[in-house]
Amino acid sequence: MSTRLATGGRLLNKGKQLRFSFNGKQFTGFEGDTLASALLANDQLMMGRSFKYHRPRGPVASGAEEPNALVNLGKGGQFEPNQRATTTELFNGLTCESQNHWPSLEFDVGAVNNYMTRFFPAGFYYKTFMFPRAAWKHVFEPIVRQSAGLGKVPKDRDADSYEHFYAFVDVVIVGGGVAGLQAAKAAGLSGAKVLLMEQTAHWGGRSMVDGGEVDGQPVSDYVDALVAELEAMENVTLRNRMMGAGVYDHGYVLGYERTRDHTPNAKGPRHRLWRIRAKQIVTATGAIERPLSFAGNDIPGVMLASAIRDYVVDYGVSIGDRTVVVTNNDDAYRTAIAIKQAGLEVPVILDARAGGGGALADAARALGIRVENGKGIAKVKGGKRVTSVAICAQAGEGAVLEEIKCDAVAMSGGWSPVVHLWSHCGGKLTWDDAQAHFRPDPSRPPTSHDGEAFVLVAGSANGYLDLAQGVKDAHEAGKAAAKAAGFTATRKAAPKAAESPEAAMEPVWLMPQGAGPELRIKTWLDYQNDVKVSDVRLAAQEGYESVEHTKRYTTLGMASDQGKLSNINGLATLAGQLNAPIPAVGTTTFRPPYTPISMGSIAGEARGEVFQPLRRTPIHEWHEEQKAFFEPVGHWRRPYCYPRKGESHAEAVKREILQTRNSVGMLDASTLGKIIVKGPDAGKFLDMLYTNMMSNLKPGRCRYGLMCNENGFLMDDGVVARIDENTFLCHTTTGGAEHIHGWMEDWLQCEWWDWQVFTANVTEQYAQIAIVGPNARKVLEKLGGDMDISKEGLTFMGWKDGKIGDFDARAYRISFSGELSYEIAVPASQGRAFWDAILEAGEEFGIMPYGTEALHVMRAEKGFIMIGDETDGTVIPQDLNMQWAISKKKEDFLGKRAQTRPHMASPERWKLVGLETVDGSVIPDGAYAIASGENANGQRNTQGRVTSTYYSPTLDRGIAMGLVYHGPDRMGEVIEFNKVDGGTVEAKIVDPVFYDKDGEKQNV
Amino acid sequence: MSNVVSALNGVSRSGIAVVEETGLRGMVTVRGDLASKAMGKALKDVIGAGVPEVRQISSGDKGAVAWMSPDELLVICDHGAADEVVAALNAALAGAHVLVVNVSDARAVFKVSGQSARDVIAKVAPVDLAPEAFEVGMMRRTRFAQVPAAFWMNANESFEVICFRSVAQYVFDLLAVASAEGSEVGFFN
Repeated sequence: MSTRLATGGRLLNKGKQLRFSFNGKQFTGFEGDTLASALLANDQLMMGRSFKYHRPRGPVASGAEEPNALVNLGKGGQFEPNQRATTTELFNGLTCESQNHWPSLEFDVGAVNNYMTRFFPAGFYYKTFMFPRAAWKHVFEPIVRQSAGLGKVPKDRDADSYEHFYAFVDVVIVGGGVAGLQAAKAAGLSGAKVLLMEQTAHWGGRSMVDGGEVDGQPVSDYVDALVAELEAMENVTLRNRMMGAGVYDHGYVLGYERTRDHTPNAKGPRHRLWRIRAKQIVTATGAIERPLSFAGNDIPGVMLASAIRDYVVDYGVSIGDRTVVVTNNDDAYRTAIAIKQAGLEVPVILDARAGGGGALADAARALGIRVENGKGIAKVKGGKRVTSVAICAQAGEGAVLEEIKCDAVAMSGGWSPVVHLWSHCGGKLTWDDAQAHFRPDPSRPPTSHDGEAFVLVAGSANGYLDLAQGVKDAHEAGKAAAKAAGFTATRKAAPKAAESPEAAMEPVWLMPQGAGPELRIKTWLDYQNDVKVSDVRLAAQEGYESVEHTKRYTTLGMASDQGKLSNINGLATLAGQLNAPIPAVGTTTFRPPYTPISMGSIAGEARGEVFQPLRRTPIHEWHEEQKAFFEPVGHWRRPYCYPRKGESHAEAVKREILQTRNSVGMLDASTLGKIIVKGPDAGKFLDMLYTNMMSNLKPGRCRYGLMCNENGFLMDDGVVARIDENTFLCHTTTGGAEHIHGWMEDWLQCEWWDWQVFTANVTEQYAQIAIVGPNARKVLEKLGGDMDISKEGLTFMGWKDGKIGDFDARAYRISFSGELSYEIAVPASQGRAFWDAILEAGEEFGIMPYGTEALHVMRAEKGFIMIGDETDGTVIPQDLNMQWAISKKKEDFLGKRAQTRPHMASPERWKLVGLETVDGSVIPDGAYAIASGENANGQRNTQGRVTSTYYSPTLDRGIAMGLVYHGPDRMGEVIEFNKVDGGTVEAKIVDPVFYDKDGEKQNV
Repeated sequence: MSNVVSALNGVSRSGIAVVEETGLRGMVTVRGDLASKAMGKALKDVIGAGVPEVRQISSGDKGAVAWMSPDELLVICDHGAADEVVAALNAALAGAHVLVVNVSDARAVFKVSGQSARDVIAKVAPVDLAPEAFEVGMMRRTRFAQVPAAFWMNANESFEVICFRSVAQYVFDLLAVASAEGSEVGFFN
């Protein structure tokens, strides 16, 4: 039984009981418990089933490295899968369920996979691909889909909030163990601004459990004093419950702060993602104990020796009454001693080393614990928990010498430094033979832009497993970091601590070393992915020599724990099978984040109303009040049409067009780009930007222009108004404003830096409203003011400043509809009032707003092109028969040279024509004109495509524009376009100007 | 002109900081040779402030001048005075190659005040807001989450934030979210 002890539990507040539930069963724990320790205290050792074989699993570890104890945590909007019970702080009302079991944790149908082990070898998934296709579809996929996956996918909207935070410091220290604290002190004393982050809620790390002395006092007292001292330092910030998630180029660090996971009902963001710039980073991330590879090492009750010690000391929880300890190093003796001191039994310590342990072993023997040197575990027996171990000689093949009853096994295969953050940005590792682990190679650190190191490592993360050495190393690392960040390192010496020499560990990669296939197939390397020694050996036999390939083939080291426990054992097994030294096999790549971080923290505040910025014109609110139907145009939302009660969108568009053509309509055109270009060289500059001539435009006049990119393709269009000798105002498309402004600045800053031109994007300075239709002038005249807008006073393609009513207005007499039309720009702050004034003045003419669809239809009726419809980045002005807008006088303009290239100048290009369906119907959007025969791919040949197609209310028939092979030479010819339903529609090639060919209506 | 309105009509919200739209503000973009004597004199005469240093804002009796780029300044004045400022600067800089343009209505202005104002700004802008790093007289052209924005700080540790008018609602909502109750970071205290 695992149970709560009467004494111990240094992290618990036994005065505060908490209630929680697991798989619907009610339990209690204490404040300070983790979910794992509370479950263990309630004898709930089994917490889940394994991924592939659905084997019963309990926790192996007590911290972030835990592979097994994953739960579906919370309910509804707070549900989250794959939460590690070992890092989930208990709170009142916590609810969770175990994962990957069906129908129940105790009785699981999928466990049948366990008996099929032989049929799920390494590379099982890949091997299934080799079968006939039908087998995958009908046999493997249904099975895999049913049994794959760990937690459930959340179904509800996340009820919590998240945020980002930007911080800038001199030194970031990751890890709040004694090493991290010591490094923070050394850096802080040097004057550097220090941020120290610790992933758990507690300071001091392993030293608080493992003990020792620093500065002549117990290490726990030393840590308490150190924390107090650091908290008092103004230049040092301590944050716990904050994990160093990743280290990136140039000292960028991600800190993942779990602000409310332990108090889920408190106000404030659940997680905060810190985006930190640091001059130097110290990783004091500690070390993780490795499991030993023996048969049955995944049975609940088999745990890391350090974890069993943590549960006893930190949480007052015993995993069992009788714990067998098995080790290859001295550290595990601490566990035996802790268990014994808690009043529980340790029937035997199995030390795989023939020579046995050092002082700690003597201490264990002095407590009366039986120690067997050169022995190991042949096999753990038990199902849902350990019942006994069979002992063998480590040197042999597993002949059982003795069977010992027990209910827990504490194993230790040595310690591996947590090198992840050192490695994220390219820090290299070196193999330490004596301790059989990889540790950071100080001669090959991650380097910044200047080639200098920006990451340092401290304490056991640096391979200094001894407390005294670790504290000294950390002190030096803190000083070095401060120095590298530009400070003078403190001259204060590191605290003194006595070293406590331990007997050398001996690497054990398989127990017993000669274990045969029957044992190896029950010997787990990776608990989370159910990868065993036999799988890695098989992969090696099948030719997977690279550790990266072996990882993918066997799934060793994948999923949410990313092999924190399994990596070294796995690659040692691979190296053994390949007869290669371990460093030659190497490790897989360490990538951020260190442990999974929530999707919410990555999104930060970007959800709901602020998921994405939405741009609004000064008249947007009015559009909303009218219940306009909006369409996105860039980040703007523009009214597509203004449907009235009971009206379809098509009916609304028809009404808006007929009103405009017959009387007067109005359009919110505020989104159009407006860029001021000013300077002595402004005319020359615009001549280069536009295909046509702009420098000879007279002040007071407007000209329509085309802009191409340097490859000759049509990019943007709009009306340019010359304001004065040195100043132009360029209108761009709605979506093009920012891009064209950037394009202008690019040429001015990078290529023509000696030209005297300045630009300013004044798009949002103005509300711009088009008043369109035969009665447009009458509406404006009704408003009064000091501006002569008569036919002669403001001629077509002219502009004027003045007052309309009492509004400060600039009137452009331009038309995108073919009607008499004025576009009036007023300051944005007057925009809404001006809109209201026009509505009122136009009332007697039945004025109504029209949306972007009416705009599109009316311009198509006039044969005007639309950037993004007639153009798609592959169309040149010549394709659109716009040679008239391409100056032949100019020496150069952007795109000119490109347009002379053979393919661009080819007469074979598809060209713009109008299309009139024979039956009057509307050609579907995106339809292709079909031609006879098939191409090399067996597809129907084409001879053109539709670019714009609409029902024209003015003409009461379908009209379209399209690009057609030799189109302009084929006037009157009827061609066929395909339809979505598979049929075709016939259309006659006609002139693209369908309405008012002579342009009389706009010239009145 | 009556009926002149700012983007959000002076909306406000309070949480760990108070976020309020301040109403219309005069803003004039000035592009030209910032090092020229004429520029310095023109600004002194019209605004009472000199050309600010890089990433600084200088203030005078008629407004303030903020550094925007190596050849661009932003003059801040009363909304009603912006056209006069444009005219006066154009007159003072006549003959020089400059661009002076009224952009007042292209912008929205917010004030963020209260004890956690620094926290709120640091949640949305990649700027060092530590008291020793960001002080009165500094100006940052940056982004607020997904949109461009700029800000400076008043003597009472309240911040003035400017953004484009079209995204005023987004910036207000963003600042409201960032100043939600219980979201103090406590890094700067």
